[in-house]
Amino acid sequence: MSETTEQTGRLIGEPGGGPGPGTGVADILRHWAGVFVRQREATIFVVAVALLLYFGLSNASSFISQANAINLFSEIAAPIIIIAIGEVLLLICGEIDLSAGFIYTFAPFMMFFMNEYYGVPAWLSIVIAILFGLVAGFVNGFITVALGVPSFITTLGTGFILAGLALVLSHAEPHPIPPATMTIGKYIGTDGWSQIIWAVILVAIFHVVLTRTRWGLYTISTGGNALGAREAGINTGRIKYGNFMITGVLSALVGVQVAFYTNTIDPLAGGYTPMFYAVTAAVIGGTAMLGGSGTILGAFLGAIALATLLDGFDVQGINANSVQIVFGAAILIAMVANVQLARVRERGRTL
Amino acid sequence: MTSQPEQPAAAAAAGDVLRVEHVSKRFGPVTALTDINLRLARGEVLGLLGDNGAGKSTLIKIICGFQQPDSGRLIVDGQEVVLKSVDQARALGIDVVYQDLALINQLSVYHNMFLKREKLRGPLLNNRAMRDTARSYLSDMGINIPSVNVPVASLSGGQRQAIAIARTVYSSDAKILLLDEPLAAMGAKEAAIILDLVRDLKQRGDVSVIMIAHNYGQALEIADRINLLQHGEITLDKPSSETSVAELNDIVVAEYRRALEERQRQTQRPA
Repeated sequence: MSETTEQTGRLIGEPGGGPGPGTGVADILRHWAGVFVRQREATIFVVAVALLLYFGLSNASSFISQANAINLFSEIAAPIIIIAIGEVLLLICGEIDLSAGFIYTFAPFMMFFMNEYYGVPAWLSIVIAILFGLVAGFVNGFITVALGVPSFITTLGTGFILAGLALVLSHAEPHPIPPATMTIGKYIGTDGWSQIIWAVILVAIFHVVLTRTRWGLYTISTGGNALGAREAGINTGRIKYGNFMITGVLSALVGVQVAFYTNTIDPLAGGYTPMFYAVTAAVIGGTAMLGGSGTILGAFLGAIALATLLDGFDVQGINANSVQIVFGAAILIAMVANVQLARVRERGRTL
Repeated sequence: MTSQPEQPAAAAAAGDVLRVEHVSKRFGPVTALTDINLRLARGEVLGLLGDNGAGKSTLIKIICGFQQPDSGRLIVDGQEVVLKSVDQARALGIDVVYQDLALINQLSVYHNMFLKREKLRGPLLNNRAMRDTARSYLSDMGINIPSVNVPVASLSGGQRQAIAIARTVYSSDAKILLLDEPLAAMGAKEAAIILDLVRDLKQRGDVSVIMIAHNYGQALEIADRINLLQHGEITLDKPSSETSVAELNDIVVAEYRRALEERQRQTQRPA
C-alpha cells in the first residue's frame, strides 16, 4: 500500500518528483507526458502555444514585432487577464460579476473628478479610483450575500447603474487624463509594457492566494460544498464579500490602466465585452461554471489564447465580422477539448 | 463491555460536562424539538437513538453551535453558554462529525482533514506538514486510502466517513465529541475500526461522546447509556446494561403501531 501511495503522490501532487520506475528514455518521456496531461492547465497551454506558433509562422513579418507584442499582450490580453483573476475567484466560490466591465468604465472618472473638481492630490485620486472598485464589490457582495439576490442579477443591475452614471456624469463625452496624474500613470498603464507586467505579477500573487492560502481553500470549499463549508465553520458569506471586493479592485485598476494607455477617459470603454472575455478566459482555462474548481494560471493562458486569436485575425486582415464566427467556434472547440481531456484525466486518476 | 449502572448516576451532579435543559427548536411550522433535557457525564459515551425525523440531528447541530435553540439552556462544564458559531463551540472543546460529513469533494484528503484547522507556515499553508500528519493519523486508525493527495470525491462512502471522523478525533482537542450516524455508510470491517476508535477514546477518559446510531446492537455495544428521542423529547434514559435491543424495538414498534392506528382512524372517518 505504501508503494502505491508514494507513486500516486508523486504523479498528482508533486510533478517535480523525478522519473517513474522505468529508466529508458521512452519511460521517462511517458512519465513526464503523464505528469503534464494531469495538470489542469495542460490543454489550454497547448492551445495558446499552438495559436502563437500558427500566427507567428504564417504572418511572421507583422506578427513578430515589438509593436504587435505590446498590442497582443499589454493592450488586448492584460485587461482580460486581470479581470479574469477576479472572475476565477468568484466562479470558484459559486458567483459571477457581470458589472466588472462597468467598474472598469467608472473608476477612471472617479480619478478625474477627484483630481480636477476636488483638488485631491494625484496619487490619492488614483487610490480613491481603485478603492471605488472595493466599494462597488462590497455593494455587489451585500446585495448577493445579505439580501440573497443571485449574483447574476445583482451585478446585472449594478452594472447598468454604473454604465448610466458614467454616461450622465461625463455628459457622454470622453475626458482628458488629469495632467497631474501622468507621472504616476506611467507605471500604471502609459508605458507599453506596464499592463502586462502588472498582469503577470497579479497572476503570480493570486495563484499563490488560491493554491497556498486559507483564503483559497475556503473559496474552493464555499463553491464546492456550501453547506459543508458552513458546517466546518467557514464563514462563506465573508468569502463571497471578499472575492467580489477583489474583483472590484482589479476591475477598477484595469479601468485606470486603460485610461492611461489610451490617454483618454472614455465613458464607452469597458462594458460587457472585457467581462465576457474574462469569463471566457476563465472557463476555457479550466474553471467550472458551477463552482468548486478553477485555476488562475489556466485563466491567464486562456486570456493569452483569446488575445492571440483577436490579434492574429486582425494581423491577417480577416474581416471583423467573420472574426466573430471563428471566435465563437474557437471557444467551443477549446471547451470541448477541455471537457474531454478532463474525462481522460479523471479516468487516469481513478484507474 | 461492562458498564456499572451506578457510574452514570454518581457522575450526574458534579461530573457532567454537558447539560441540555428545556431546549426547543422550530423550523417555521415544524417543531423539531419540543423540550429536550439531556446530560453527558465526563468520559461517558451516550448513545442517542430515535426514529427518522425525531430531531436527533437538530439536537446535535444545536450543541455544536451550527444552529441556535429557540429556548432552553446549554451548560458546558457547569457554565451556561450561548453558542453563536461552530468556531465558538470548537473553542469550548465541542467538535462534531456531521451526518453529511461536511467534506469538500474538490479538496484533497489532507486539506479536508485540516479544514478550519490548517497548519500554516507564515501566511501560507504548510501542505507538507498536513500531508504527513494526515498520513500518520490514517495509518494509526488502520484506514486504507490510496493517497492523501487524491480529492475525496474519488473515495468510497466508508473511506469518506473515516476521514470525517479522523479529522474530528485527531486534529482537534475536543472534550465533547458529537458523532451523527458515524457508522451510516460503513461496511462491517470499517464500522469495527470506528467502534474501536470510540472505545480508545473512552479508555482515555477525558473525552465524552454523544453518538447517534440507527443500529441498536452497535449502540448498546459501545455506549454507556442510551437516550431515546421521540417526537422532540427524550422518552427513555437508561444505562446500556439495563436495556436491550428487544426493549428498544418494542418501544419503536409500539410507536409505529400508534401511528398506524391514528392513520386508520383518520382514513375511516370520512367513509
